[in-house]
Amino acid sequence: MEKIIVGIKRVVDYNVRVRVRSDGSGVETDGVKMSINPFDEIALEEALRIKEAGKASEVIAVSIGTPEAQQQLRTGLAMGADRAILVTVDGTVDPLSIARVFKVLAEKEGAGLVLLGKQAIDGDHSQVPQMLAALWGRPQATFASGMSIDGSKARVQREVDAGIETVEVELPAVISVDLRLNEPRYVKLPDIMKAKKKPLEEISIADLGIEAGPVVTEGSYASPEGRQRGVRVDDVSALVNLLNEKGLV
Amino acid sequence: MARILIVAEHDGSALNPSTSKCVSCAAAIDGVEIDVVVLGASVADIANQCAAIDGVSRVRTIERPENEHPIAAVQAPQVAAICDDYSHVLGPSTTFGRDLMPHVAALLGVNQVSDIMSVEGPQTFKRPVYAGNAIVTVEAPDDAKLVATVRIASWPAAAGGNAAPVEAVTVDTAVPSHTQYIGLEATASDRPDLQTAARVVAGGRAFGSAEKFELLYELADVLGAGVGATRAAVDAGYCPNDMQVGQTGKIIAPELYVAIGISGAIQHMTGIKDAGTIVAINKDEDALIFEAADIGLVADLFDALPELIEALR
Repeated sequence: MEKIIVGIKRVVDYNVRVRVRSDGSGVETDGVKMSINPFDEIALEEALRIKEAGKASEVIAVSIGTPEAQQQLRTGLAMGADRAILVTVDGTVDPLSIARVFKVLAEKEGAGLVLLGKQAIDGDHSQVPQMLAALWGRPQATFASGMSIDGSKARVQREVDAGIETVEVELPAVISVDLRLNEPRYVKLPDIMKAKKKPLEEISIADLGIEAGPVVTEGSYASPEGRQRGVRVDDVSALVNLLNEKGLV
Repeated sequence: MARILIVAEHDGSALNPSTSKCVSCAAAIDGVEIDVVVLGASVADIANQCAAIDGVSRVRTIERPENEHPIAAVQAPQVAAICDDYSHVLGPSTTFGRDLMPHVAALLGVNQVSDIMSVEGPQTFKRPVYAGNAIVTVEAPDDAKLVATVRIASWPAAAGGNAAPVEAVTVDTAVPSHTQYIGLEATASDRPDLQTAARVVAGGRAFGSAEKFELLYELADVLGAGVGATRAAVDAGYCPNDMQVGQTGKIIAPELYVAIGISGAIQHMTGIKDAGTIVAINKDEDALIFEAADIGLVADLFDALPELIEALR
């Protein structure tokens, strides 16, 4: 296979304690650390390993977002992606439009594989990989915790509610990755310097001929109803008494 | 008026309780008609289980040999093919529904509403974002079909006792052959299913090994409980992945959740915030889990657990 496309989304860092803005317009992002969506980092790591095993010739990192997403693409290039494409949008963009972007790029580049995170940790939609497979008319293997490429096929272990399901898909295909697929590499300083010279192309979503819609509109954000701190018990027998009183055991 | 189609989840022999929870959500949307479609190779038993759910108007079956295993690229075109008469198409936010429904949505040219927690209007819903740290109200356009997944931990199972009519539907839509199902490695367990158990006990990395996790299974058996775990415990190899509870694992709402040696990371708490009563046992008195626990006990799990098992036996 020649090319692998990897999706990279800029999101609020995994370790940030997210707070809803007081006016309900969204979550606080001012001065908040932004990173690559952790699932996307795993997707990129897998793509790099496939390339390093001689089974792909080029890894292309693609982000759809505001110009700030350049930072995350540069990190992706430092990890080892060969080049990057930033498809710029104003503000947020809906999952179906993102899937349309990936379809256009997958066809234009002749990608053999599109590797995406199984969900982004901000919107938690978990839609784009499945939508891309539908629009592109290619196989989907979601929630991958293991995979191997053999010629024109990929064998994928999927984490499903009942256990681990194995499927075999013909390439080109869309694979969405889960947490246990691999552990992404750390970026080294020399790689960050080298990444600055790698190509990063910018193109607007309108130039790809994609119009959003029909969009599910977001209204106000609210904090979830918090649980109240309960009581402390001193020992196991007090715990058992309390459970008995509440009729829970 | 909403005419709603629900895609049933099953394993070939039993209907998954997620389907009945979707019916509860559909009833809240004020569906004048709630149909359930069952796809499979041979689904007469499953169809009867669907027909018994209160609120179901009609059960439709699509039996084809290609439907023996739930391959989204195979099943989605068939679901899309029978959607014309419906305003809403729902599936559960289990791995089955999360795999299938966005594929259906894209074939229909619409975005999906993921993880409906509550219904605010026929096109207006609340759903969790940022691992449940924020709840957003979303509105789907009313001139387009609505495809959604239902966050099953937010909904009760609908009652039984119905006897809705069952009818077979012939869908001759071409389906792809590019995906082969190879097999399922299921965790063999006689314990209650984690996602529907009334009681769940769960362990974290503090257990230290797979052998020590046996203590947790012992407690589960005394309580008749399902068993869950944190991501850290799964990653450390103490237990299989299908036991993971949290943002990227299972979202559950048991009546009783006993968290043992679990620190309470945000991503884990997302998975249990709808539990009835949370009990936490942890030797670190500053552990985050105590902020959300109804009953907390500061103790070393290796002291407390054998004592608890003995007391409950």
